Amino acid sequence: MAELDVEIVAADHFVWSGAAKVVNARTSDGAIGVLPGHSPLLAILAEGELSIEPVTGTRIHVTVDGGFFSVDNDRVVIVADNAQLNDSVAA
Amino acid sequence: MGAQIRVYRQKIASTTSMRKIFKAMELIATSRIGKARARVAASQPYAHAITRAVSAVASQSQVDHPLTTEPTQVRRAAVVVMTADRGLAGSYSASVLKQAEGLIELLHSEGKEVKTYLVGRKAQAYFDFRSRAYTRVWTGGTDAPEYSTAQEISKVILEDFATDFAEGGVEEIHVVYTRFKSMVTQEPTVVRLLPLEVVEEEETPATELLPLYEFEPETEQVLDALLPRYIESRIFAAMLQAAASELAARQRAMKSAGDNATELIKKYTRLRNTARQAEITQELTEIVAGADALAS
Repeated sequence: MAELDVEIVAADHFVWSGAAKVVNARTSDGAIGVLPGHSPLLAILAEGELSIEPVTGTRIHVTVDGGFFSVDNDRVVIVADNAQLNDSVAA
Repeated sequence: MGAQIRVYRQKIASTTSMRKIFKAMELIATSRIGKARARVAASQPYAHAITRAVSAVASQSQVDHPLTTEPTQVRRAAVVVMTADRGLAGSYSASVLKQAEGLIELLHSEGKEVKTYLVGRKAQAYFDFRSRAYTRVWTGGTDAPEYSTAQEISKVILEDFATDFAEGGVEEIHVVYTRFKSMVTQEPTVVRLLPLEVVEEEETPATELLPLYEFEPETEQVLDALLPRYIESRIFAAMLQAAASELAARQRAMKSAGDNATELIKKYTRLRNTARQAEITQELTEIVAGADALAS
């Protein structure tokens, strides 16, 4: 199955990257779920939490306070002003 | 005669202690350059992502955004000058200021008014000493810039950019900073920040075509949210480059100061030895002459 190549970057550092099955984010309009094969999209992130289900391992939660994300060719780039990984999954 | 030796001894002692300071500062700068360069590298993914997104929006939409529209005439320009907070960095601040002076002169000759925004205590001192006006100054932490400072700077200049000319607004924004090319070359650079020309630090391969994006919520809102971030990221990148350059310049300046101190110590040691030898010779001559006088 196709998977998403996810990359999360904050203004001054790199946060997380890896393969994922689903990315759930909150835009200024509402929640959005990105599955592999999603059409190209550029959206504004709202303040809050987004969750990523990686191919291996447990769900990752990231708190962002604004930013945007882009989806193209199964590549998801989340650009946050300030991103914080919420659990100890990140090694 | 004895006085001469004492003077040399004092000079040697003071130069030695100065050399210790230079060495220490050189080491500090060296250790911090690595960190500064790592921060430049760490900010790259963000800058890339944002540049890519901005290019995508800019290339696909015909939206006229105030930040990207070229004004019909430019009557006032803003210049942001990024220098160091502290000296002892060789010509680092001086060359940025020189570059800025050149730019200001050029803008004046084009009939534009110039508003200056300063970063770093050295720039402030330079302008204060010449009693020249500046609009705003940010000091502190030029060698380890914070993202919040970049946000503040961009907020101020974007506000000015949005203001009408009649109310003191600007129609063009330039940034003068030092680009970190390598450990040995840093060059003062002028960048026009606004109106925006989307520039990518590194060229993307031509084969990689930008896909047709959907925008959420609306193209205009996306641009509204993206462009200020893009400006912030450009300013932050400039600040990080300037910080790395400052440290590299300081390291080099301190290295040559240390080397010069070593040279000086060598020279004074020789002079001291000559003086001591001259004194001994004179004493001997006096003794011999005295004995001769008694014997005859």
